Amino acid sequence: MRNVRDTARDVQNGDASALSVLEESLAQIRRRNEELNVFLHVDEDGARAAANAIDGRIARGENVGALAGVPVALKDNLCQTNIPTTCSSKILEGWRPPYNATVVDRLLAAGAIPVGKTNLDEFAMGSSTENSAFGPTRNPLDTSRVPGGSSGGSAAAVAADMTPLALGSDTGGSIRQPAALCGLIGVKPSYGLVSRYGLIAFASSLDQIGPLTKTVTDAAMALEVIAGHDPLDSTSLPEPSPSLVAHVEDGVAGKRIGVVRELIDGADADVVASVERAVEALKEAGATIIELSVPEFRLGLSAYYLIAPAEASSNLARFDGVRYGLRVDGDDVTSMMEATRTAGFGEEVKRRIMLGTYALSAGYYDAYYGQALKVRTLTIDAFRRAYHQADLLLGATTPSVAFEFGSKTADPMAMYLSDVFTIPSNLSGEPAISVPFGTGEAGLPIGVQLLGPGRSEGQLFAGARVLEIADGRP
Amino acid sequence: MTMPDGWEMVVGLEVHTELKTNTKMFCGCANTFGADPNTNVCPICLGLPGSLPVLNVRAVELAMAIGTALHSTISPSTFHRKNYFYPDMPKDFQISQYDLPINAGGYLDLPDGSRVSIERAHLEEDTGKSTHLGGSGRIHGADRSLVDYNRSGVPLVEIVSGPDIRSSAQARTYAAELRGILIATGASDGRMEEGSMRIDANVSVRRSGEALGTRCEIKNLNSLRSLTRAIDFEAARQVELIEGGGTVRQETRHWDENLGSTSTMRVKEEADDYRYFREPDLVDLAPDQAWQDRVRDALKPMPAERRAALKGRLANPNPALLDALEVVIDLGLDSYVIAALDAGVEPDLAFARAANEIASDLDGVGNLSAESYVATLRMEQGGDLSATQAKSVLAEILANGGEPASVAQSKGFERLASGALGEVVARLIDENPDEWARYRAGDEKLAQFFIGQVMKLTKGQANGKDVIAELQTRR
Amino acid sequence: MPGLKREDVAHVAKLARLTMSESELDKFTVQLGQVLDHASDMNALDLDGVVATAHPFGLINVVRDDEVRPGLDHDAVMAMAPDAQDGRFAVPRILGEAP
Repeated sequence: MRNVRDTARDVQNGDASALSVLEESLAQIRRRNEELNVFLHVDEDGARAAANAIDGRIARGENVGALAGVPVALKDNLCQTNIPTTCSSKILEGWRPPYNATVVDRLLAAGAIPVGKTNLDEFAMGSSTENSAFGPTRNPLDTSRVPGGSSGGSAAAVAADMTPLALGSDTGGSIRQPAALCGLIGVKPSYGLVSRYGLIAFASSLDQIGPLTKTVTDAAMALEVIAGHDPLDSTSLPEPSPSLVAHVEDGVAGKRIGVVRELIDGADADVVASVERAVEALKEAGATIIELSVPEFRLGLSAYYLIAPAEASSNLARFDGVRYGLRVDGDDVTSMMEATRTAGFGEEVKRRIMLGTYALSAGYYDAYYGQALKVRTLTIDAFRRAYHQADLLLGATTPSVAFEFGSKTADPMAMYLSDVFTIPSNLSGEPAISVPFGTGEAGLPIGVQLLGPGRSEGQLFAGARVLEIADGRP
Repeated sequence: MTMPDGWEMVVGLEVHTELKTNTKMFCGCANTFGADPNTNVCPICLGLPGSLPVLNVRAVELAMAIGTALHSTISPSTFHRKNYFYPDMPKDFQISQYDLPINAGGYLDLPDGSRVSIERAHLEEDTGKSTHLGGSGRIHGADRSLVDYNRSGVPLVEIVSGPDIRSSAQARTYAAELRGILIATGASDGRMEEGSMRIDANVSVRRSGEALGTRCEIKNLNSLRSLTRAIDFEAARQVELIEGGGTVRQETRHWDENLGSTSTMRVKEEADDYRYFREPDLVDLAPDQAWQDRVRDALKPMPAERRAALKGRLANPNPALLDALEVVIDLGLDSYVIAALDAGVEPDLAFARAANEIASDLDGVGNLSAESYVATLRMEQGGDLSATQAKSVLAEILANGGEPASVAQSKGFERLASGALGEVVARLIDENPDEWARYRAGDEKLAQFFIGQVMKLTKGQANGKDVIAELQTRR
Repeated sequence: MPGLKREDVAHVAKLARLTMSESELDKFTVQLGQVLDHASDMNALDLDGVVATAHPFGLINVVRDDEVRPGLDHDAVMAMAPDAQDGRFAVPRILGEAP
């Protein structure tokens, strides 16, 4: 399958029709979806209608937009009008939102073709997509392994050549980690850069939507389309979408890049080796390398696993059987709500709701949630100090390559610990990107992570592009 | 009611006022009363997954106006989520202000000279409305409930007084004065019967000089009459309970207007744990001085100031005049009265026609200019219109507009020539010799009898003063 | 902090409107306890004077104009309802008053 850039160019120039590109995409989905369980819903008719409309506009000589005819997969926690949206949860099974997420509107306005909704860990809570009520997604590169999560379906869609672009959401690494495990570019933008309107919230102060693609340029193109102020999201940054594609080839000459020990320690040897080779590649390209230690990043995990569940416990209260989605009957309204929630939520979701409810409850708020908010401040301050010394930071995205099904499901804490490198950026609200760099165990891809201060997406893409070239993808 | 000797009641009021905005607090749905169920709803006020709140600037400014009028400090504030499950609350949490309200502190001076402190006046969103089916129509004993979310997300300001109120009369005065302020700020229409202003009363009793007693909260008092009666009942109940050796339990109580009593609605539970935390979907609110000044500058005069201004125009006001004055203040009819007084209209007349005639058709005030009001009253005072005719002219202008002179003319209101009136009076004297004799003997009440008879015969066209003049000449 | 007790978990389940079997209570007591134990590394810190961060970026005064926008079609709204009557969402009897 062609990448985003080439597809959009060919469709806009009339060298390929949007419909033919789409049919190629749908054919690949038909070939592999049963085996991989990537899409929970494919909107063939809607996508064809959209592709035909694009082709008609191009025939009339219109400029269709930056993503003309690009098929895109949407994580199933993004609302699209009248398309089933489940969050991979039984509690929302059958629900069709009456509105579009802002990112969906922006994709449509740029000429992209949403083809369907991808699997995720229920309500984006997980790191393997094993927590889906509709079965796990398989890693297209090795079907005995997980694709990562929670945006595992979106990552698998791109890795399996079903679509050149997918959107995911990243609350503690849920875009970057599956991108790393599936050999893709994955971007967690600055908090507020992309509107959250229509993203079904997991943890509102941490969630961001971002792209998963095969190339850095593709990711920059997609982010330019979905970023920029949205009056429907109060936390949206009051700025237009930044210019990103123009900075992809900026290089890293003269940049100071801080290699952070806490973003490497504890990773498998093959991962560490990849990060070391990435350091060499950046040095080669003219960057100055600085060794840094940011001990506060270790504390991030503790803060994250209180803040995210606390917000989630409140965000997920609305699933009560009254207005939409699942209802399990009960004698009175409280029994009905309890029966509905007990039947509708999976175990991991319940675990996090319980944890968050506890962390906010009377007598424990100060010790847990209150303390976590202060640690969040420490993390932000630590980043700020690090950025006095370095322009960008470098580390691993994940401690290991894609792991096998079931290897961590019995031990939630082990699963949580695998998010240790990605969480700090969510706490600080700053951007980070995962770039495939080399392979490790069983020939599986390894992701290295570049982190930057708020609104530094342009620099991150430039750094990522240097690594992309050095890894043999000019 | 007076408290038994040695006892004192301690009352604090929580007044919830719906703000008179075009739209709801966090979405663009219309904020209107009485629409068909679930027709003013959208993803945000239905709490649909993925929706996000954005704060209504008008709600913020009305809250600031209320705070300014109550001498509060407008402070940097935040929004919190109050988490509890309830079917009329679409997100199963309410967005409210918690430890940092927009208005902190303040006070309200009452016409009786007392001062009630204000603890806070904060912003929050309203819930939907449930209808209970089966049983008595109340929540208890119902089989099933139906929920309408039109009201969900309507902006509210909750004004919390200090526990400074010591009688039901003072509570009533406070609520009435606050209502006047809410109307004057443009924050509310003050329509208690539509639930746009709802009062919860925290009532406790103590023996004079002792520490505060345990309080009970009486919910949703929706008229000043209910407020007064409920407080009196509740204070008496608590005194009786304590004097009988019992103790007051902290609880929420329901006021039954028909039974005239309060009853337990909800006992404060250990399980009440609202898990307040900062609403992550909203940012902080920190109105700068310039914004605060703009709100302050736009404020119209408050009732106390207007009351003082009107009273300053009256030498020795009688009780009826003072009652009319309160109606004028309450309904904001000051400009009519002031214009009339400026034009030399008698105070009794200037207030009465506003407090009665204009008050009975408030929807028509757009049709009645102050000039027309003054002109009508001057015609009445000069004898060109009878009282009945003047009232009729005002009613017509309020309903359909028009100029007083032409309205009077079109209704055929012309002053009876004195000759014609004299003939009518002479005939009545002949027909009613007993009444005439008593009038001549000095019984002035009989003048009203003759005026009434003249009005009947002239179909209201005569002027009462002219009738008396005719009677006097024959006395 | 003292360790998480089984009755705490049962209380939290009630607050969160979740029903837990006996074995789930046991399992959650252990698992949530592990996360809280891990979080105890925070308690070793001296965080007096550190301000809490609830938002990553300090935006203030984000408001919208008081202008009516079209809402949702009534029939579309009611089509979502698990149970409806007379244009309203229907629920089984409500046992307690709202707080």
